[in-house]
Amino acid sequence: MSDSGNWPLYEIFVRGKRGLNHVHVGSLHAADDQMALTHARDLYTRRNEGVSIWAVRSEHIAASTRDEKDPFFAPSADKVYRHPTFYDIPDDVPHI
Amino acid sequence: MSEDHVYLSLADGHDDGDARWAFGTGFEDPLHGVDTAVPDTVDAAGLAARCLALGDDALVLAQRLAEWVTRAPELEEEMALANIGLDLLGQTRLLYARCGQTDGTGRTEDAYAYFRDAADFRNVRLVELPNGDFAFSVLRLLVFACWRLAHFTELASAPDPVLAAIAAKGVKELTYHRQYAAEWVVRLGDGTQESHARMLAALEAQAPYWEELFAAHDARDKVLADLHQVLEAAGLPMPSVPPLPGQGRDGEHTGHLAPLLAELQSVARAHPEATW
Repeated sequence: MSDSGNWPLYEIFVRGKRGLNHVHVGSLHAADDQMALTHARDLYTRRNEGVSIWAVRSEHIAASTRDEKDPFFAPSADKVYRHPTFYDIPDDVPHI
Repeated sequence: MSEDHVYLSLADGHDDGDARWAFGTGFEDPLHGVDTAVPDTVDAAGLAARCLALGDDALVLAQRLAEWVTRAPELEEEMALANIGLDLLGQTRLLYARCGQTDGTGRTEDAYAYFRDAADFRNVRLVELPNGDFAFSVLRLLVFACWRLAHFTELASAPDPVLAAIAAKGVKELTYHRQYAAEWVVRLGDGTQESHARMLAALEAQAPYWEELFAAHDARDKVLADLHQVLEAAGLPMPSVPPLPGQGRDGEHTGHLAPLLAELQSVARAHPEATW
């Protein structure tokens, strides 16, 4: 019980008052989902940072690896035509 | 696009563009706009006594919770217990300030916290008992939070507008304290043989101090119903032990309060009038 190595790791995501999305803020140990939420509340929202919390077991996150870096991401570096920059934007179109 | 990061997007709210501070905006003063004059219908001495008792309860338990810092079983629990203690300390400050406005002495918060002796404190004895193990501490927190939540819920419509505002602020905090403690009591009561035995021992040890808290209180049934629900989920019996005679509310305390106060008050008494 006193060995936190027995408690699984959770990744914590908080949605700020002004933010649109839940954003990763850190990780913590907890024995179960409910404890992860209370711990997250106490660790990551005590300075008025958030209005919503997601807690996800770290082992449930599928992550790309360093080995995949080149095949995953390098090919997009020279494909400038994928960026929508070849248009003239009319003056009366907002939010772009 | 600073909204990509929760902390940076919060710092956006500061007009000076100072993004060093990772705190939120929109803090509220719970007493903003509340009239501090005592209404004609309210007995000022009675109001002051009530604020003092509720403030003393919270100050002493806040000190006990602070003692868990560096000693808690997990870093996360240490933060949780310290946060709860600081919530209670915040309630204490507001209650002492109200006491000073209404008891005719005009004393400051510090005068109540640091310059009274044990016999002048009006807290219940439950909060001054030593922390014991984690089971004892979370059980006490559960009982205290259930009682105080029920009491503050009533006080939120108290005739004194300041006390009502303090209570309304406290209700949200205490609801979380109750949830935190209830989850742990269920987890330990319904856990291993060892954790169950420790919860049983904690129940036996502190039940004699409950009656003092519940006595003379309209919310008694609500508190007992709350406790019954949690203990049932935890697989723990409702203890039936005779209450201990005496009343912390009358200044009759256990021998544990004086050493607690000695530590709490030592710096303020060694350096009176010091500021920092």
